[in-house]
Amino acid sequence: MARLNLWRWGVLGLAGLYFLVPLAASVVFTVDVPGQGVTFDAYSRIFSTAGFGSSLLLSLELAVATIAVVLLLMVPAMVALRLGAPRLRPVVEVVCSLPLVVPPIAFVAGIGTVLKWGPEHLSRTPLFQTFVAIQNPDFPVVLVLAYVVMALPFVYRALDAGLRSVDVATLVEAARSCGAGWPQALVRAVLPNLRGALLNASFLTLALVLGEFTVAQLLGFQPFAVWIVNVSGSQAQLSVAVSVLSLLVTWLLLLVLAGFGGRTRPTSRG
Amino acid sequence: MTVLDKTATTEPTTNAATVEFRGLRREFGPTVALDGLDLTVRPGELLALLGPSGCGKTTALRMLAGFEHPDAGEVLVDGEDVTRVPAHRRDAGMVFQSYSLFPHLDALDNVAFGLRMRKVRTAERRSRAAELLELVGLADKGARFPHQLSGGQQQRVALARALALRPRVLLLDEPLSALDAKVRLTLREEIRRLQQELGITTLFVTHDQEEALSMADRVAVMQAGRLEQCAAPAELYGRPATAFVAEFVGTTSRIPGHLDGGTVEVLGRRLPVDGRIPAATEVDVLVRPEAVRVRAEDGGDARVVATSFLGAAVRVTVRLADGTEVKADLPAHEAAELTAGAAVGLSLPDRPVLVAERTS
Ligand SMILES: Nc1ncnc2c1ncn2[C@@H]1O[C@H](COP(=O)(O)OP(=O)(O)OP(=O)(O)O)[C@@H](O)[C@H]1O
Ligand SMILES: [Mg+2]
Repeated sequence: MARLNLWRWGVLGLAGLYFLVPLAASVVFTVDVPGQGVTFDAYSRIFSTAGFGSSLLLSLELAVATIAVVLLLMVPAMVALRLGAPRLRPVVEVVCSLPLVVPPIAFVAGIGTVLKWGPEHLSRTPLFQTFVAIQNPDFPVVLVLAYVVMALPFVYRALDAGLRSVDVATLVEAARSCGAGWPQALVRAVLPNLRGALLNASFLTLALVLGEFTVAQLLGFQPFAVWIVNVSGSQAQLSVAVSVLSLLVTWLLLLVLAGFGGRTRPTSRG
Repeated sequence: MTVLDKTATTEPTTNAATVEFRGLRREFGPTVALDGLDLTVRPGELLALLGPSGCGKTTALRMLAGFEHPDAGEVLVDGEDVTRVPAHRRDAGMVFQSYSLFPHLDALDNVAFGLRMRKVRTAERRSRAAELLELVGLADKGARFPHQLSGGQQQRVALARALALRPRVLLLDEPLSALDAKVRLTLREEIRRLQQELGITTLFVTHDQEEALSMADRVAVMQAGRLEQCAAPAELYGRPATAFVAEFVGTTSRIPGHLDGGTVEVLGRRLPVDGRIPAATEVDVLVRPEAVRVRAEDGGDARVVATSFLGAAVRVTVRLADGTEVKADLPAHEAAELTAGAAVGLSLPDRPVLVAERTS
């Protein structure tokens, strides 16, 4: 037992070193300017650098939109699949896993082609405006669409695990025999029991959107990840400070999400 | 809006509903789950649907609840066709075979769920839910979540939930089958008491004949999607309409006989035939163990094979000369001398008997 404990501590210590040493080194590098002692100059510079606020805000907006769209799409679809056509499950699973197989580069190349092709062929139709609108740099809907596709595999898995752990059919029937229509049965009886799964799906999607670089960069938008890379090219200390900060921001957001969804049993008597 | 007053919960329903199944038919691919089911449930009675596994009991119940739709036929409640009414407007409370409480709500909220769907005000809803919990003997468990309740308690809460909207019919799909024997016994008495107090028309699905016979006003025996017989428990047992019912309900033995017109020759005597007369002449006579008389008889060609003690009676298994085994129940004092291997003689009382085509 003691030996086992020793092992555990050893492994934990090693893993801790592996994660913490680079982190600590980064933090030290950003706050310790040779000759000046400890200063938070690098961090304060971040906030004054152009684009910090707007790119972070854009990333957050994109994340919220993506989470909303992907959940609105997948939750009803998966519940329907479970209740109505369990035999189609493997098909949906494969379709949802495709984004894992297609590399983002290929994916974005495809999107780029469509975006170029569209205006050329549709310039005289009202659809042209649509193409312009979805590429609005203030809120590029096209990125949301891309991220929704990229989040599918994770969301599918998270929801599938959640649905497996509850007897959806019985819950729906019980709710319906209590006088709840279909939408009410879903919202009142099924969704509350999928809270963990919904939270997991949102988590994964949030992390994905905050860290996504390839698609945004290649399509020419500037959310947070792209901004970090752009800034860090110029100043070494600033770039590391930004990385540390982005780590903190992501953690913070995940904690907020966990706190938001993980509140113990909300009193649902209202 | 529903008007709720304190006494209403335990007041008998004055307008208990009549339920009618007419020619219900339902196929799932190649399996015929219901094959023209006709059945009428009288107002305020508890009717048990009894039958072997897969005979379509659940399917019939789900059609009344609105979860399943017939390929043909109709479901009438108080003479009104409800086939097209969606499940949530059927006014039928249901208790499921599997535990079906909402895991995210405590017992009180589970019971109040239906009232919430009907937009009953919070205070009213809570007091009514508390009342119902009290009715099923769980007044102190309102704050427990389903996973903190035993199986029996969960089914009680489910029963309270099903009754919360004062449904016109109560549907119970083997609500006791997941419980242990003792809880089953108390809960079934409780269900019966509640049902009688409320006077609610109830359909109770079970494959346990003892449960059906002891609880129900009438028992409907189903086989392969059809109704075999629907009668009061005593009649079902004493005068089964078909061989299937005779053999499914209670114990019966088959004794070979020779059919001749309206009478059958069996064990050396001629008895009138009751019910349907088969076309074949070589038939089996179906007899209940308590109807068979066994005497020790030195020259008898039947032998006692086994005896088992049932309490008040002893069940004696006798093998006839032709190899047929017959079960007979005797008072304990009469059976004392009948040990295994004893030579005995069998006789039947002079009453009409049920016959069936010989199967073996
Ligand atoms: N959704 C379904 N899909 C396919 N077949 C079904 C479905 N529901 C029922 N069946 C079939 O219909 C037949 C009757 O089923 P049902 O559930 O009504 O039986 P039951 O009498 O309730 O049996 P048990 O006592 O085992 O619960 C069975 O053969 C079953 O396999
Ligand atoms: Mg069943």
